[in-house]
Amino acid sequence: MKIRTFFYTIEQGVIGVFKNKWFTVATVATISACLFVFGIFYAIAFNVANIVRNAEQNVSVTVFFDEGISEERIEEIGEIIGRRSEVSRYELITAEEAWAKFSEQLGEYAQGFTENPLENCANYQIYLSDVTMQSQLVNYLEGVEGIRKINKSDFTADTLSGINMVLVYVFVGIIVILFAVSIFLINNTVTMGISVRKEEITIMKYIGATDFFVRAPFVFEAMLIGLIGAAIPMGLLYYLYELATDFISEKFAFLSFLTFVPAWDIFIYLIPFSLCIGVGIGFVGSFFTVRKHLRV
Amino acid sequence: MAETKRKRREADSNISDYAIYLEDVSKTFSDGVPALSNINLKVKHGEFVFIVGVSGAGKSTLIKLLLRELKADSGNIFVNGFNLMTIKHGRIPKFRRTLGVVFQDFRLLKDRNVYENVAFAQRIAQKSEREIRRNVPSMLSLVGLAGKYKAKPKQLAGGEQQRVALARALVNQPKLLLADEPTGNLDLYNTAEIMKLLETINENGTTVVVVTHNDKLVNDMKKRVVTIKQGMIVSDAENGGYFDED
Repeated sequence: MKIRTFFYTIEQGVIGVFKNKWFTVATVATISACLFVFGIFYAIAFNVANIVRNAEQNVSVTVFFDEGISEERIEEIGEIIGRRSEVSRYELITAEEAWAKFSEQLGEYAQGFTENPLENCANYQIYLSDVTMQSQLVNYLEGVEGIRKINKSDFTADTLSGINMVLVYVFVGIIVILFAVSIFLINNTVTMGISVRKEEITIMKYIGATDFFVRAPFVFEAMLIGLIGAAIPMGLLYYLYELATDFISEKFAFLSFLTFVPAWDIFIYLIPFSLCIGVGIGFVGSFFTVRKHLRV
Repeated sequence: MAETKRKRREADSNISDYAIYLEDVSKTFSDGVPALSNINLKVKHGEFVFIVGVSGAGKSTLIKLLLRELKADSGNIFVNGFNLMTIKHGRIPKFRRTLGVVFQDFRLLKDRNVYENVAFAQRIAQKSEREIRRNVPSMLSLVGLAGKYKAKPKQLAGGEQQRVALARALVNQPKLLLADEPTGNLDLYNTAEIMKLLETINENGTTVVVVTHNDKLVNDMKKRVVTIKQGMIVSDAENGGYFDED
């Protein structure tokens, strides 16, 4: 592409954005609406995933040892646990530590005990890297010599992994629906815009314009519109997210699990992704729609 | 059969001698209606030819074939040395830049002024801004519109719009000018002016083919006249005349 063709494309693309005001407004509105809805779901999903992730970090498996087990064996078991990929971290709770913690809960009643009633309750508290792998780890540990008992919460693990799966399905479903709707709407809008300029395209072709020369300004214009259509909802969402999270955090402070991801942590991914989608929708929508009119 | 055609083509000397070379060209529309049947037409470089016929005779189809907007079903078509039966889609723009085209409805870009409409053809031909600044005003002078270069098409009369279209068609110095009913929307005065311009252009060496069903125009000009009737060439006469049967 010659440098003057490049500048011609840019110039005509920018002119086109302002020349066809209603087309521009309709397309920007369509892309903005789709990406706004997408952004809302993304922000919600990101936060729910974060809450689930926090909850998962508190799911643990507790391993108790055989009576009279040696300290060396306990250390060996610890090393065995540490080598497992399902484990994110583990810590040894000695009988003394277990009793100290429990006696805090008992308060003055604890003074009635002259010996440690949790003598055989030394254990490893194991935190999982992925709750869905809990049963796999438990099955393995059941076969390890020196382990007497394993405490686990199937319900918590199953619920959290269930939420994770639902989140993935819902999010993927929403993305697919939104993109299908936006491609359909963009295609219609671009088709309307192009049909108005069909004559212009025909004239260009009669004069000897190449397909590229005809198409490039239209495609650039649509990409520019896509970029604007994506930038508007991102700016709006960023502002609304800050507003909404501040409000909810203040009004529902008693829900301790309700912690929000900082806006920037979400938008650092969402903004470039949405801008790419906006530009991509503009490109795909215009490229194929203009092509239909190039056979002159 | 192919051998006969080859010999005939050789007998017609080199195809490059002709601006237009049509051999046994036929075109039938998708609904089965024949538009052109076995058309043979040769137009040498520098000629001025009228193609005449009543509405529906096949004149517009012929123009579309010459522009390679349509492809013939059979036969051979060479325009300015380009074989339009085998030309690749990507080469069509290069071919069209060797042509100038003028339509009855002018087909100007409405949102651009006179200067930009003419400059547009130069931009498509990848001319530099310096060349454009030199060529466009001189072409507008030729068609008598130098003083109206800033005007938008809707601010111009029909005759003036057609002059702009002519300037646009000629600015890239085409070898062949195709004019499809160029005076169809013009009054008598403007018709005469446009025809005078076309004659001047032809005298400067450009081959001019005018499609029309305006019998007065054709008979006044005393040029070669090719008459098409029901998709066939029924006469081809130097200094010919035409009686409009419409």
